[in-house]
Formats: sequence, structure tokens, C-alpha cells
Amino acid sequence: MAAPHRFPASLLAEPDPFDDLAEEERAEPGAEPSRPRSVPTVGEVASWTRPTVLAVERALPVLPALAGLFPGGLRRGITIGISGVGARSLAIAMMVRATATGSWIAVVGDPDLGLAAAAGQGLAMERLVVVEAPDPTGWGPVVATLVGAFDLVMVAPRHRVGAVDARRLAARCRERGSVLFHLGAGPWPDRLDLRLVVGAATWTGPDAGHGRLWSRRAGVTASGRGMESTGRRTELLLPGPDGMTGGA
Amino acid sequence: MSGAAAVDAGVRTLVVRCPDWPLTALGVGPLQPALVLASGRVVATTPAAREAGVARGQRLREAQFRCPEVRVLERDDSREARRFEVVAAALEDVTPWLEAWRPGSCAFGVRGPVRLSGGEVNLVGRTARLVVAALDDLVGSSAGHPGCGIGVADGRFAAGLAAGAADASVVDGGGAVVVPPGGVPAFLAPLPVAVLGRPALVDVLVRLGLDTLGAFAALPAGDVVARFGAEGRDAHRLASGMDGRPPDPRPVPPDLEVSVAFDPPVERVDQVAFAARSLSEALHGRLSDRGLACTLVLIEAETEHGERLARRWRDEGVLGPGAVADRVRWQLEGWLHGPPATRPTSGITRLVLVPDEVVPATGRQQGFWGGASAADERAARACTRVEGLVGPGSVRVPEWRGGRDPGECLALVPFVRRDGDGPGHPSRVVAAGADGPPWPGALPGPLPAAVHVDPATVEVRDAAGRMVVVDGRGVLSAPPHLLLSPPAPGGSAATGAGDRVVAWAGPWPLDERWWDPRRRRRCARLQVVAADGTARLVVLEGGVWRVAATYD
Repeated sequence: MAAPHRFPASLLAEPDPFDDLAEEERAEPGAEPSRPRSVPTVGEVASWTRPTVLAVERALPVLPALAGLFPGGLRRGITIGISGVGARSLAIAMMVRATATGSWIAVVGDPDLGLAAAAGQGLAMERLVVVEAPDPTGWGPVVATLVGAFDLVMVAPRHRVGAVDARRLAARCRERGSVLFHLGAGPWPDRLDLRLVVGAATWTGPDAGHGRLWSRRAGVTASGRGMESTGRRTELLLPGPDGMTGGA
Repeated sequence: MSGAAAVDAGVRTLVVRCPDWPLTALGVGPLQPALVLASGRVVATTPAAREAGVARGQRLREAQFRCPEVRVLERDDSREARRFEVVAAALEDVTPWLEAWRPGSCAFGVRGPVRLSGGEVNLVGRTARLVVAALDDLVGSSAGHPGCGIGVADGRFAAGLAAGAADASVVDGGGAVVVPPGGVPAFLAPLPVAVLGRPALVDVLVRLGLDTLGAFAALPAGDVVARFGAEGRDAHRLASGMDGRPPDPRPVPPDLEVSVAFDPPVERVDQVAFAARSLSEALHGRLSDRGLACTLVLIEAETEHGERLARRWRDEGVLGPGAVADRVRWQLEGWLHGPPATRPTSGITRLVLVPDEVVPATGRQQGFWGGASAADERAARACTRVEGLVGPGSVRVPEWRGGRDPGECLALVPFVRRDGDGPGHPSRVVAAGADGPPWPGALPGPLPAAVHVDPATVEVRDAAGRMVVVDGRGVLSAPPHLLLSPPAPGGSAATGAGDRVVAWAGPWPLDERWWDPRRRRRCARLQVVAADGTARLVVLEGGVWRVAATYD
């Protein structure tokens, strides 16, 4: 008889959310390859013939109005923190162009997100998925799963995020080329690659009861490490008179 | 054409279909108006409900509008599978080569059993009696189920349609349609092309004026392939009464079978199902390494005491890893929780998956424009996984509803992955509401980016410190001057400053659903901009102002 519990230990375990990393990163150095190398499987051939990733593909497209902040597009694999009143509008504006070209967005734990506003700004709603806030212990694995599969992941945690979770998420973003948005002024235990602060805003439109909110001009300040946009300050129309984000 | 059809005609098959199975499984008889709901849509109805106008695919609201007394039930996959296992087990008296398609329908080849029964008529009669007896046992009375439909024809496709056409109330609750050998093309010809079950193709065919299978089958096969590719070829073969795919004489390579041993034996279905998932992924990996896909899989389970249950499962699409794992779960649900006579006496020690029929995997062309892309599939997989981690209903996608408030234009509905392993996902999300009906009285854009789920109360004061109110004609009592958050429950007086209002617009009165006393809503909305540049939407309802949304 084989050793007891042989099966449940290996197969009944919960899958590790990080287990879909590339094969070679997980294999032990001394492990025997399962089949002679001379006979490639169809899967292997497919991986050889996969096209090379060009530098252009390492960035997600952004609206022309944001080209001042992101000259070459939104670099993949970074973490971004957005705070200030107007953070949601800015986050949506940064995603609009990417969703139009087929990227998916996952929003975790932000029940207040105004979906109608997102649709109004031009976000491709058919590629938006909203995930309920998981409990604090499950938060890390859930977000890690999403980071592996969605190009854009927006989180607004209501709890203190653990430092380990934050570091793993940042590493996973780099590896998978996803962009993680952290929304709100709450603390983030890891260093964010880019921090955007939406500053004081002025609204045009309302006039002592007449008119309506029409357009907002707000300053956005960027800070961070190793990013071309570090230290830049841009005036944006969030939104402009046409409902879209525009340059001021 | 008739010569080719005779050569290529499918295997003569008998299909048993229990109509409205989800309802029968839940113990609802055909005379009661009832429907089964899955993710907000009607998936099955009783004949009584159908008469009232309830149809599959409707929303609950629409169904209840047509038939207010309808009983609404939630779908229960495992119960459907468990109860169908009783029917499948009864049919093993007729043939050991039973293929289950899904809970509610199964099929077997006629050639062997027909010799034992002495003619097709006897075989059909015997099958019907067995199925009806099993159903009677299951629900306790013959009025509690709609019987079954039996179809016999050359080829599975035609037999399935014949079973669907068999009126279930002809003979002893078991109706049958037997298409004579060679008669399949004539049987199929008048049917609408929609029965092919390929919506995109059917849409084009209908627009081309080919609305019956006969008209489609009359096209030269070469032209169909040239215009519609492999999918068109398969559909054309089906419409002409042949098997969907050209026959492949190669035998299944023998080393594709995968198995797992359980030590100690496992008694719970969910544990086996979990193992089945990784096992079916292993099978799928082996098949795809050879460029194959599986359409018929044999699932075999063995217990410690040597009891075996083997069942074949077919899917005309291709069985992916998720679909195989589902079928393992269905089969074992039925076996482990079945009637005591057939229930195994000990835990399961071994699970084997054998691909019984493989086809070349043509693969899916990934979308270039439209269609499912690799990113879509990745997202759908991640959604399924997160749903497993957080719980059902936790992953939601927006759907356009329309409304006057920014919070109600788009509703979040549970993410639903399409059956099996298809690219699935949420393309059901309807995006723009631009082509929808107008909503007079809707808030003018731009809309607020933060709509508060739990709006905080606020006091709106005028310059003299009085509360601002809106009269019946929608006029403010005085211009708003100050927004004051109410004192915290423990605090003494209102805390000082508040937000000074520098600009405001509105109010926009709203009087919705005045005909419905329970859901009537009367309020007035006001946009205010505070001195720090924060714009808010405040709503007066029932004498209380609330911050409904922030222009975040």
C-alpha cells in the first residue's frame, strides 16, 4: 500500500494564486524533464512561435489629454496611487483608451464607483468587472488572481493592506504587465511607482441656481520613482465641456 | 446527394428526452405554472406557464408580468443530475452503451438493442415504459411529470430533433417519433435553420433567405465551405442528414486515459469533483499535445468494495476541462446520493477518465476584430476563480437598465460564464444606453463618479442659518450657503465650520412612480460646489438632505 493521505495532500489543496507564473520559475533546478526534449509538444511549439513583445506593447494607450503626464502611454507593470477629490474620474480617464483597445478592468471593493459616469467618460463597460471587497485575509490572493488576468486592476481597500501582500502584488504586476491602481488617501505599505494627486479644482457651469455643473479644471501632480512623469504638474479638464477628459 | 447521404448517414440512434427536466427534478408537475431561474433569466418553464406566455430567456419581471401566479424556483444542477441518474440507471436494462448528453437527455445506438427487443417499435415501447416507470417512482405519481419524448433516426442530430418533436403525451406519457431509415433529409427539410444552434451562422442564413434546413442543404457543399468555412461545412452536413463531422477511422490512441487513486477512500462528491478538475486538465493537456479534442468521455468510478459506475458523456461541442469536471460531479451526485438500492456501500477509491471519441482539435481562431480574444478568455477564467475564492455572486458586471438617477442607470448583475469552457464571458453586458429610450428628468451630465451606497445626511443652511427647503413647485426657500454635517452621535453640538457653498445649480425635482404607493419617490436634487472645489449632489427627500453622490 502506498503511504496514506497521498492523494488529498497534493490535489485537495487550494490552488496558489501565484502558481500560474512561468513554468521555468517554479521548476526545481534538479528536476528531470518529463519527456525527452527531442519530441516537442504542440504547446511547446506554440510558445516558440509566439511573436516577440515589442516595446510599444509594454505600454497601454492613454487619451491625448493625458499625453503630458504619460508621453509614451501608460507603462505596463507599475503600481499607481491616486488621491484627492477627482481621483475616480482621473483613474477612469487613464483607462478609457486602454479598454477601447481590448484591455479588461477589474475593480475590487469600491461600491461607490459611479458606473454611469464611467460609461459617460467612454469606458468600455463590457470589459469592466466589479468584485465585492473580500475579507482582509482573502484580499491578497483575490487581487493577485485578478492582476494576473486583467490589464487594469483598481483597488480601494478599506482595511490595512499587509506589506507582504503589497510587495507580492507589485512583483506580480511587473511580471504580468498589469497596472494596479490604488484609489484614495489610505496608506499603501509598499512604495508606489507613481503617485498622482488631484489638487484644488474649479468648476464652471453653476451660477446661483442657473446652469449646471459643466466642466472642472483641476491640477494633477505626479511624483514617484524612475518615471518620466515624476515631478510634472498638469492642468486637466476632468471632465471637459463635452463630458470627456481634456487638456487645459 | 442521396447517394452521398446513404454512405455518410449517421449511426441509427435513439434519443430519450425528458422535457422541462429542471422542473421535474425539482418536483414540479406540468400542470402547475412554474419556472426555473438561473442568473436572472428563465431557463425552463412548465407547459402551464408556457401557455400563459412565459418563455425561456425572459427576465423574471417579464415572466411574472405575463403570469403573476407563476412559481419561481432557483436552478439546482446537482439535483437535476442526481435525479436523472435514476432514469439513466433504468435504461441500462436496455443497453450498456448509454450516452448521457446532459441531465434530462441521453441516447444510445439502436443496432444492438433492437435485435434483443425484436424490432424498433418494441424497443421504443420498452424504453418508454422503463423511463416512465422510473419517473413515476421518482416523483411518486404519473401526473407529476410530463413524460418523455423519444426519437429514432439516422444520426444523433436528427434523433435529438425527433425526440424534441415527439409529443410527450401520446402513448402512456411516452411519445415517439421514428424517422425511417434514409428519411432523415426529408424529416429535416421543413425545420427552421435555428435548430442548428449556431446563432451567428443562423443569423446570416436567415438574412440570405435560407430559413429552412432543406433550403440550406440544397446548396452545393463546396460553396458552403468556401463561404462559411469549417463551421459551415459541419452545419451543412447536419442539415443534409449526415453526421456533423466527417468520420475519422483512426482509433483513439490507447494511452490517453488518465486516472487517480484515492487513499484513503473519498466519500464526499466535492472532494472527488475537485480532483476531477485537475484530472480533466491533465486529460485535456494530453489531448491538446496531440492536437486532439474529445467529444465523448467515459467516466468510471470505483469504490473500495469493488462497485463500479461507468457512464459515457457526450457533447457535440468539445468537452473542455471544466465540462468534464462538471460531468464527473453530476454522475457522482447521482450515484452517491441516489436511492439506497443503487448507492455504493463505501468510499470512492479510483476515478478514471477515458476519451472514447476524439476529433482533431481545430482550435478556436482568436478574435481579430470582435469575437473572444485571449484577454477575454483570461478575464473569464480569473472571474471564475475569484468567484470560487470569494463566493458566488461576488463578481459582477454592469448591465444597462436606464433611469433618472446616476446610481440606477447601470445595474450590476452576477457574472455568468457560458456553459462549458467557451470563451464565455460577459459580452452580455450592454454598454451604451444611447439607443435606449429617453429618461425625461434624468440628471444632466457629467455624472458623478462616486455614487454613495450609504448616503450621509447633511444640513443645507441658508445665509441666515435656516434650513433650506424646496416647495411643492420646486423652488428653493433661499439660496444655499452652508453644508453642515450633522453632529456625531456622541458629540454635543453641530461642529463649527461646515463647507461654504460657492456655487450651486438646481433644484431638479423628481416625482417617480406616483402610481405605485410602495415604490413612489419624490425628491429634489441640487448640485452644490463647496469652497474647496468639491462638487456634490445633495438630495432632499422626506425632509432630509443627503449627499447622494460626489463629483469625484
